Order: sequence, then structure tokens, then C-alpha cells
Amino acid sequence: MKALASKLGIGTLVVFFVVFLGGPFLWLLGMSIKAPIDILAYEPSLFPENPYFQNYSDALEKSGIVRAFLNSIFISAVSTLFISILVVVPAYFFARNKGFFSKSLAIWILVSQVFPLSLIIIPLFLALQRINLINSYPGLIIVYVVVNLPFSLWLLRGFVLSIPRELEDAARVDGASFVQVIGFVILPLLTPGMIVVAVFTFINVWNEFFFALVLLSDPEKLTLPLQLAQFLGAEGRGRYGALAAATVIAILPSIGLFALIQKKFSDNFLAGAVKG
Amino acid sequence: MSKVKKQSLVAQEPLIILLSTPLIAGVLLVSVLPTILGALTSLTDLELSYVIQWNFVGLENFGSALSDSRFLESFRIGAIWALSVTVLAMILGFTLALLIERRKYYSPILKILAVFPWALSPVIIAIIWDMLLNPNSGPITGYLRKYELPGANVSLLYNLNTALPTVIVIGAWLSLPVVTISFLAALKTIPREMIEAALIDGTSASQRMRLLIIPQLRPIITALVALNIIWNFNSFGLIFVLTNGGPGGRTYLPGLFVYEESFRYGNFGYAAALGMIITIALVIILGIYVATRNRNEVEA
Repeated sequence: MKALASKLGIGTLVVFFVVFLGGPFLWLLGMSIKAPIDILAYEPSLFPENPYFQNYSDALEKSGIVRAFLNSIFISAVSTLFISILVVVPAYFFARNKGFFSKSLAIWILVSQVFPLSLIIIPLFLALQRINLINSYPGLIIVYVVVNLPFSLWLLRGFVLSIPRELEDAARVDGASFVQVIGFVILPLLTPGMIVVAVFTFINVWNEFFFALVLLSDPEKLTLPLQLAQFLGAEGRGRYGALAAATVIAILPSIGLFALIQKKFSDNFLAGAVKG
Repeated sequence: MSKVKKQSLVAQEPLIILLSTPLIAGVLLVSVLPTILGALTSLTDLELSYVIQWNFVGLENFGSALSDSRFLESFRIGAIWALSVTVLAMILGFTLALLIERRKYYSPILKILAVFPWALSPVIIAIIWDMLLNPNSGPITGYLRKYELPGANVSLLYNLNTALPTVIVIGAWLSLPVVTISFLAALKTIPREMIEAALIDGTSASQRMRLLIIPQLRPIITALVALNIIWNFNSFGLIFVLTNGGPGGRTYLPGLFVYEESFRYGNFGYAAALGMIITIALVIILGIYVATRNRNEVEA
């Protein structure tokens, strides 16, 4: 009897979590293929009887979604490229060096979590304004690179720690130079880690809202989250179908990329912390 | 000799330090320096206009902030929001992690569902929940209406009494992936032998939870609580898009308040002081966390 009760309890919990976490995605997907008349039906259903794909062409034709999509691709790709290049050597250094700098890194990562964006944005805004980088992609990209650096560094450091140190010492003893060790021993082994860091950075930048909101104002330059937020505020509640379609389009790249690294990311998320 | 063995040979390469320092210097320049400048701005009456001019006003901004009832109210809402979201996300995330760790047929699907919201922008989460909660076309009010439950006739997001609790649930939904992944990783670090030994000793499930699992997870629990309170207190995008602080200021988080003060009204000096007050509060939380962590380490 008790066993049955606990089975029932667990079953209820599983159903609750599946609906709570998965339901919103399904509803969005359903909305994106509903005709206006289905959306306003008195008894809402998850998926309509007749899918209405015109929402997707509506979303693509109007509301600047395509342009914002391309803007976001550009900004995310360039930021990711810079971070991926900048992060390799320092991540290696912090993984292998157990001295003062390494300890400071942990503190810095922690402190960077409290850096109140609302406070640093003011001097940052004034400085970028002074050098004419407001409303420009270079200004936004600089901010993205710096903001994402601490965690990317931390993540990659975890991957370096999983490379046996004997490998590089052996190469070293065999007479390889530092550059050769990095290029021929570390980098090939670090490729999976680099992919995780790159995808992670890309998704973070792809989704970012606050800095883009403050630093971009030209309607031609808006990123996808800004454009979607504007769409919702302006007319989206009256055109849920097209809004849902645009949202599905916006989700595809980040979900697709995330699916690639999902397992590795979950496994390594705390690797740095656990391995110390 | 032993010291050389401990340190990697390569890590002592001067080139590596040379390559790392400019990066660190650059980051300090764009993250630490602005924080200091922001702190200094809070002592001025700087306003956003065509000419940048400012006077030193000392702690005047802080005085005004602490007697600004709108800010204090926003701070109070922020505290309720951050604490409630954290507690709810911790409970849900822990339950979810335990379910996934059972490794039954439902575990893979739960794991995927638990991590995927992480890949979404707060803006997109806001749009999805706006649709779910829409009083005319959303399923939530739809089902409440169908089964004649309370709440069927109110718009949960726009009603003065239900707005904050509603966005707290959405905030927990958004926080769930990080909490769940962290708990999953931490659960894996508990040695299986310990659990097996406890099983042989004939402990009940609740005893194992109370005496074994929770004490083992204490470090990760304190870390997650501290970080989630900090992250959520600074939260912006979700609420900005979903309610923009409404209805009647019931969801007006401090992040929104500072944003409006600086970029809508241009009161940079005052906004910086508000930012400083928030930072000090968060640093205190961080300090408590570091202190408890050190104490735990000493005990261990």
C-alpha cells in the first residue's frame, strides 16, 4: 500500500514536470500554426485541426525579423570568435598554475556574478559615447566579449584540467617548444572543450537583452531579442500567430546548437568546481 | 624538486604569462574600472545631456535614495522576488534532480526538458508565458474556466494581487535549468558506497535524505542559494518584457527602477547611487556565503 502510494506520488511528480517544462514549448509550437480563429476559440486546443503555415510567411515578411536575425548572427559569431581566441592561453594558465593568479580567478568569477550591470552600464555608456561607439556593433561586441569572458574562461579551464599533465611534460622533455606543446598537444585535445565554450558564448550573446537595449537604438541595427520584444509590445498580442512563428524561428539556432553540446555541457558545468 | 613536479613545466613559461596579462588587464579596464567610476558617479549629480557636466554632491544621492519611497518599495519587491524565486527553484530543481537520478524510463526526457529552457532568451520566455497567460486565448485561464476554478476571471499577469506570485513562478521556471544541472552534478559526487552502507544499515528513505544526502549537498546548496538570490535580484529582461513593472508597480524590480532612472530620465548620478546600494546589499549576501563556506570547510 505504501509502495503504491509512493509510486503514485512519483508518477504525479513526473507528469507535473513534463507538463510544466514541456507544455510551454508545445503551446508555442501550436500557436505558430494556428489561424486567428483557432487562437480565439472558446476552448483552446494545443494544436489546430488545420495547420496554418501563413504565420511563418507573415513573420518573415513583416516586422524586421529577418534583418534582426542576420544582425544577431553577425554579432554572436564575431563575439564568439574573439572569445574563443582570447580564452585559450589564459584558461590553460589558470588550470596549470596553482598560485596567486589562479586563486584570484576564482574570486573574480564570483565577483563578476555580482557586478551590477545597472551600475557598470553608466560609465560604460558614457565612455562608449565619447568614442562614438554607441549604437554601433563594435561597441556592443566589446561589451559582450568582456562580460562573457569570466565564465568562458572558467568553463575551458575545467576542460584543460581533464588533460593529463604528463602528456605535455613528456612532449616537453622530448624537446618540444612551448608553442609546439600548445599547438600539437593541448589544442587537439581541447577541441571538444573549445566547441562547448564557443556554443555557450554564442547562445549567451544570441539571447542577451539588457546591453543591446541600452546600446542600440537604430531600428536597422536591432538584435533579435530586441525586435521580438518590440513586436510583442507593438502589435504582437493581436497577432499571436505571427509572433509565435517568429519566436520559433528565433529559438531554432540556440536550441539546435545547444542540442549539440547539451550532454557535454551538463557534465562539465561543475567540472571546474568539483575538480578544484 | 617536489615543487617542480607539482607545477607543470609548461605553466612556468614566461610567454604564457605574457599572453595572459594583456587580456586580464583589458578585462579589468572594462569591468573593474567602470565599477569604480560608477561608484564615483554616485557621488555626483551627473545627468545625461549634450554636455557632460557634474558637481560633487557627496552622499546626497544616497540620502535621497533611502528616503525615496518608490525605490524602497522596489527594493522590497526585489527582495521578495529574489527570495521566492530562489526557494521555489531550489525545491523544484532538487526534486527534479532526484527524479532524474533514479534513472528510470522517464529520466532522459526529464533531463532534456530540464536543461533546454537554459538556451532561451528571457525575452522569448516572456513571450511564451505571455501567450500561456493570455486571458482570452491562453490555456491556463482556459482550463481554469473549463473546470470553473478560482482565477478564471482574472488576468493573472495584470491583476494587482496575482501579478507578483505569477511572475515568481515564471522566474523559477527560468532558474530551473542551472539549479537542476548543479544538483545533478553534486548528487553524482556522493559516493555510492555511502548510500549502500546506509541501505544495509536499514535506514529509511527520509533518514538517508536528512542524514546523508542533504549534509553532503550543503556546500552546493549554499552556493546555489547565494548565486540565485544575486542573479534574480539583478534580473531585468523577463519582467521588462512581461509586465514592465506593472500592474501598479507590483512587479517593479530594482533593475527596472535603475534602468528607468538612468536611461529614461537621464539621472545618471542618482541611478549610480541606487546601483551602489543594490551592489552593497548583494556583496553582503556574497560575504555571508563565503563566510558559511569557510566555516563548512573548517568543520570538514
